[in-house]
Amino acid sequence: MIKAMSKPKLAVVKFASCDGCQLTLLDAEDELLAIADAVHIAHFAEASSTLEPGPYDVTLVEGSITTQEDLERLLRLRADSRFLVTIGACATAGGVQALRNFADHDEFLKAVYAHPEYIHSLRTSTPISDHVPVDFELRGCPIDKHQLIEVLSSLIAGHRPRTSSECVCQPCKRRGTVCVVVAQGIACLGPVTQAGCGSICPAYDRGCYGCFGPSRQPNAMALSEGILQGASDRQQLANLLSNFNVAAPAFSAESQRLWQLSSRRSSK
Amino acid sequence: MSVAAEEVSWMDRNGLQRLIELLADEGHEVIGPRIDQGAIIYDSIRHVDELPRGWTEDSQPGTYRIQPRNDQEHFGFNVGPHSWKKYLFAPLTTVMRSRKTDQGWVMDSPQPELRRFAFLGVRACELAAIAVQDKVFMGAGTMDPEYQLRRSHLFIIAVQCTQAASTCFCTSMGTGPECHAGFDLALTEIEHGFLVVVGSDHGRRVMQSIDTRPASVDEITDGVRRRQRAVNQITRRLETDGIRDRLLSKLNHPQWDDVASRCLSCANCTMVCPTCFCHSVDEVHDLTNEEILRNRRWDSCFNVDFSHVAGGSVRDTTRSRYRQWLTHKLATWIDQFGSSGCVGCGRCITWCPVGIDLTHEVAMLCAEDAS
Repeated sequence: MIKAMSKPKLAVVKFASCDGCQLTLLDAEDELLAIADAVHIAHFAEASSTLEPGPYDVTLVEGSITTQEDLERLLRLRADSRFLVTIGACATAGGVQALRNFADHDEFLKAVYAHPEYIHSLRTSTPISDHVPVDFELRGCPIDKHQLIEVLSSLIAGHRPRTSSECVCQPCKRRGTVCVVVAQGIACLGPVTQAGCGSICPAYDRGCYGCFGPSRQPNAMALSEGILQGASDRQQLANLLSNFNVAAPAFSAESQRLWQLSSRRSSK
Repeated sequence: MSVAAEEVSWMDRNGLQRLIELLADEGHEVIGPRIDQGAIIYDSIRHVDELPRGWTEDSQPGTYRIQPRNDQEHFGFNVGPHSWKKYLFAPLTTVMRSRKTDQGWVMDSPQPELRRFAFLGVRACELAAIAVQDKVFMGAGTMDPEYQLRRSHLFIIAVQCTQAASTCFCTSMGTGPECHAGFDLALTEIEHGFLVVVGSDHGRRVMQSIDTRPASVDEITDGVRRRQRAVNQITRRLETDGIRDRLLSKLNHPQWDDVASRCLSCANCTMVCPTCFCHSVDEVHDLTNEEILRNRRWDSCFNVDFSHVAGGSVRDTTRSRYRQWLTHKLATWIDQFGSSGCVGCGRCITWCPVGIDLTHEVAMLCAEDAS
C-alpha cells in the first residue's frame, strides 16, 4: 500500500527523447492549475529554469538510455526518487531510436556525422527499466493526458494507478468505429497494442501504429498470419511493428521474423 | 408461418417515410441502417433516403465489404458491425457519483437517462438477441434501471430477411430468419413497397395514420417466397443437439490449443456480439479527490484483467479465455438463463480480424461425437 502524499515534490526529467511526453503535462491546460495546486513542481526544465535538487517524491522520466553519461545520471536520479514513473515509448521501450539496435551503429554514425569520432553514444537505445527499478510505466507516443493525470492523482491519493491493459480494439468498438482490418483490409496493430490513446487512428481510416506498445499477452504472429495477404502486406506490417516500440520484445520478435521471411522470399 | 390475408397490409416508400416522421413526432429517436465507414451501421435516421438503398454486403470470416446491388431495395443486406445493444446497454455509463462536501461525502446515482428509441430494421436474430439481454438486465434481482427504462419505451420495426450472408446460421439456433413476435411492426420488402404485419397495439395505432391497403394474395405470396429465399441461402450450420453436454465434456480437447494459437484475444467477437453483456466498473477521481465517478464500460472475458482476483488472473491464457467464452455462450448460458447465448447472427465470425469461426471450432471439438 502506498501512503497518500500531502503535496508531493515532482520532478520531470528527460533522456533521449523528443520532449513530446513532457509537453503532454503542459498540454493539460484545463487541469494544469489543479496539478500545480496538488503537487510541488520542483524540477521541470521545460516549464521553468528554477531547478530544485532532489530528493523527489515522484519523478517522471522521459526518454531512453543512449549514452554512458545518461546511464550514470539515471542511477543518481533513481537514488533521489521515491517513485520513479517512466513516461512514453522511449522510456518504456527504447523509442524509435532503438531501430539502431537492429542495425550497424557505426554505419549510422558515418552516414550522419562529418566527424563521427566526436560522438560517444551507446550501440543500443534501451528502456529505463533495463537499468533501474521502475515503479510504474506509462505507455504511448506520446502519452495520454488522462492517463498521466490518473497516475498523478493516484500517487497523491495513495493507490496504484489504474490504467487499462486491454487492447486498442475495445475502445475502438466502444466508440463505434468500424474495424478497418475487416471492412477495408488495412494493416492495423490494434489487436496487439495496449489501449490508452482513445483508439484514434482507426476512426480516421488508418491502421493502429502501435504507439502504446504491446498489449498483455499479444499474439503478434497470429495477427500477421491471419491478416496478411501477400509480401507487400508482410513488409507493411513489419514496418508498423518497427516504429516507436520497435524494441518492445513482442513487437521486435515478430518484425524480425517478418523481415527474415521477406528477405528469404526475395532472395529466391 | 402463414398470415391470413387481412392481417397483412401494403405500404409504399412514402408510407415508410411517414412512419419515421410519426415516430419522431412521438419523441422517438429513430435508429436505422445507413452507410458509414465502409459498412452498414446503425445510426439516427430522419429520412428513407438515408437507408442503404441499393446496397448489400459480402460477409466472410474476417472480411466484410459493402457492394452495390442490381436493384433498389432498402433492406437488401443482413447484419453489420453494430448491434442494437449499444443503445439499450450503453458502452459507457456513469452509475454513481461521490462528492466531498463540508457535510461529508454525498453519493448519488445519476437518474437513468430516458431515451425513447425506435429501431428500424431489426432482424429476427437481433430480436432474439434483445430477448437474451432482457433476461440479463431485467431478470429477477438483476434489474438494470437504464436498460429497463429504455427497453420499456422501445418501438421495434422488424425487417424480414429476404437473403442470407455466408456467415448467417440463425436456422441452427432456432432464431430466424423469420420474425414471429417481439416487434411492434414487421416489414417484408417486396418490389415497389413493403408488406406490414402489426405486432402490438402501439404498432396498430401508428399504422392508422399511414396510407396503406390490404396486401393482395400475389404480394403476400411474393413475401413468402422472398423470406424462403433467405432460409434457402443459409449454408452455415451449428449442431446444437445436446451441445451443452457435448462441449462440457471437451474441456481438455487439443482443439482449444489450436484455436488459442490463432486467437488474438482482442475481444472483437464479444464487442460485436449482440448478447455479450460483460462489463467492468471503475472508479475515476479528479486530482483533488473530491469528485469520484463510478463508470461502467463494456468489458470482455478475453481481457487478462477481467478475471483478475487477489493472487492473479483466473484465466491467464488465451486457451482458457477462448474456452470460457465459447462454453459460456453455447453451454453454461443455458444453465444461467435458460437459452443459448448465441443467436446465429455471425458477427463474431465476420468481425474477428483473423476470421475464427465458432461453428468450425465446435465442429472440430465435437468431430468424434458424430462417428
